Amino acid sequence: MKVTPYGVRGSLAAPGPFTARYGGNTSCVRVTGPDGTVLILDAGTGIRTLGHELPRGLSRVDVLLTHLHMDHIIGLGFFGPLYSSAMEVHIWGPASATLSLEARLRRYLAPPLFPVLLRDLPCRLELHHTGRSRFSIGPFRVRAARICHPGPTVGYRIETETASLAYLPDHEPVLGAPRFPVDPEWTSGFELAQDVDLLLHDAQYTREEYPHHAGWGHSTMHDALAFGRLAGVRHLAPFHHDPGRDDDALEKALDAAVADIKPDFRVTPAAEGRSFDLD
Amino acid sequence: MSTKTPQQSVEMILVRQLASYLFVPVIVFDTTGTAVFYNEPAERILGVRFEETGRIDPEEADRLVELSDDPGAGPEDSEHPLVVALQQRRPAHARRWLLRRADRVRLQVEATAFPIIDHEERLLGAVAMFWEHRGP
Repeated sequence: MKVTPYGVRGSLAAPGPFTARYGGNTSCVRVTGPDGTVLILDAGTGIRTLGHELPRGLSRVDVLLTHLHMDHIIGLGFFGPLYSSAMEVHIWGPASATLSLEARLRRYLAPPLFPVLLRDLPCRLELHHTGRSRFSIGPFRVRAARICHPGPTVGYRIETETASLAYLPDHEPVLGAPRFPVDPEWTSGFELAQDVDLLLHDAQYTREEYPHHAGWGHSTMHDALAFGRLAGVRHLAPFHHDPGRDDDALEKALDAAVADIKPDFRVTPAAEGRSFDLD
Repeated sequence: MSTKTPQQSVEMILVRQLASYLFVPVIVFDTTGTAVFYNEPAERILGVRFEETGRIDPEEADRLVELSDDPGAGPEDSEHPLVVALQQRRPAHARRWLLRRADRVRLQVEATAFPIIDHEERLLGAVAMFWEHRGP
């Protein structure tokens, strides 16, 4: 399994020279299986470039959305395979209590926000609800579960015969849990991340910033590290970097958090184009 | 790190988190009627501490507290709100109940229970809230 981020920024795209090392695109990750099967995690601005880099001859691609906040779907309308009649595109994501995934996506892929209607896309499009579910795509076994973030939001655990990945880009497991993290039974996302080879996890804020953003659905770098330790992960890639933090500030803040928590696993901040080979 | 008990759903986690902030005594139950969490105000009316007991199954709960109809209770109070919430998936309220703790202290309470149902209409558990009569 090869995991390649195409967008690691949270909330809002932040391109420019000061974010060039980690990248300014919003959440999007390509997961490539041993047989060439491609999964795409979220459809932030990074998905436009990812669409251009898909191998010729690929006839099916699956896009797994964690939730429908704009930074996770804004690139969808610019994803090339949606405009190819030769492509089969499957979009997986959470419905709400009253609206289907299709109805929720139509709120974006329709005027006045977007000129092309979802139903007019030329690809063969199939939509699938992911709430609390398990399904398979090629060699991948996927488990989805709701996690702590405002609005219907899921995290994903993706496994092959030889590797495992957890993707929780927007996650606030500490919300209302003053003794976090002590109890796996009562920790959002624990079973998705338990013992995985690689965890991509929200680490948007510093501890100093968090009190001003509590309840917004995101984690501090310290909490991401503590969550990774509780779940027994082998490698953590802090993700969903704050758009207001440049590369130098990001490295400085993460280094400080690692020095405090002293994790017994590898920590590599997610960066566009920096792949993780998990086999 | 391994866990013996499966992780709770995020809906139950959020209910527990809310309960931990409330002044009203709250007990969170799973679908079997096991109390999986109760908050500090509930510790006072139950006479035990959650950190000491952990989860409490229905049989243990019967030993800890005894609920009985207040002599002034009406017929509408005879149904157990928790049973209604879990078995019929609807909210229920009993206005006149006597709660006798293990230390024999008796409290007159009202009880409200409602089911916890997720987006896929699965029953995850129930919440019971107790309203203690403090005045005449």
